[in-house]
Amino acid sequence: MSSPAPPAVDHLLRLADDELILGWRDSEWTGIAPFLEEDVAFSSIAQTEIGHARAFYELAARELGGTADELAFDRRPEEYRSSPLVELRLVHDWGRTIARHVLYELADAIRIAEVKGSPDPDVAGLGEKIEREEAYHRMHAQMWADRLAESEEGRKRLVAGLEELWPYALGLLEGEARERLTADVAERLPFFTPPEVEPVERGEHVDEWAALWEEMTMVRRSAPGGQW
Amino acid sequence: MAVWEVFRQEREGQPFQHGGSLEAPNREFADAYAREFYGRRDESFALWIVPREAVLEVREPYVAPVFDRDYRRVDGYSIKVKLKEARELAGTPSG
Repeated sequence: MSSPAPPAVDHLLRLADDELILGWRDSEWTGIAPFLEEDVAFSSIAQTEIGHARAFYELAARELGGTADELAFDRRPEEYRSSPLVELRLVHDWGRTIARHVLYELADAIRIAEVKGSPDPDVAGLGEKIEREEAYHRMHAQMWADRLAESEEGRKRLVAGLEELWPYALGLLEGEARERLTADVAERLPFFTPPEVEPVERGEHVDEWAALWEEMTMVRRSAPGGQW
Repeated sequence: MAVWEVFRQEREGQPFQHGGSLEAPNREFADAYAREFYGRRDESFALWIVPREAVLEVREPYVAPVFDRDYRRVDGYSIKVKLKEARELAGTPSG
């Protein structure tokens, strides 16, 4: 697995790693979200992201061999293709969490549209299935962004998060998809003007990724090769 | 934050039945949470999401029957025998 994967498989791993790690980060809100209903809703979103990751890993495993679990948990931290956006630990700051949520979902919409157009029918079919759930994620993210933007305090916190995370959001995508994201963000979040910045590119990992990897893989590493 | 009552219709054409309640600050949130709690597993065909304050609740809604007026109640009459006789007269088989 240390040799570079072919481009199509590498793309699947990028998608899978982003969804797995975002799902993991979102699940850090389980039990401590702002109120009960949101706790259930956000935990459920975290769970569906991890479900999407599993489906992408299964398609990647078809090419690379092994299983989805092995791809998800048995690689070294530096082998993950995740974007720094999803690796950031934002728990306890709901404004930044919603900023990431809405930026990620808007970027992911562009990506899923590409997946649906894949020449590989299995990949395209998975894109169709995922889109049904992602549509709900987008609705949830947009309603929260709008809600926070209604009050002065909420808007201040949300916009601070959007400004900080915008270079990371750009790094989630490549090529002209970045221009589409800029246009989509300007349209959906009219209270925020995306600044011209250098994207935080995929490839480098943020400092807090190491601790998350430790936690994610701890139980599996405690019993290598174990049957679960 | 307001309380919203959620009614579920399991299949198209069936009556809506009370599913439960949830707290949400506005219609958009109530919509999102109701979908999450009652629509996530394809268990509902449609939902009614109603602010609790819009529900008019009455307790002990009956008007107490002070006088004996059983004759007003339709279940007081048996038409079974009459129907049988009528069918025989008309020559149609009794059902």
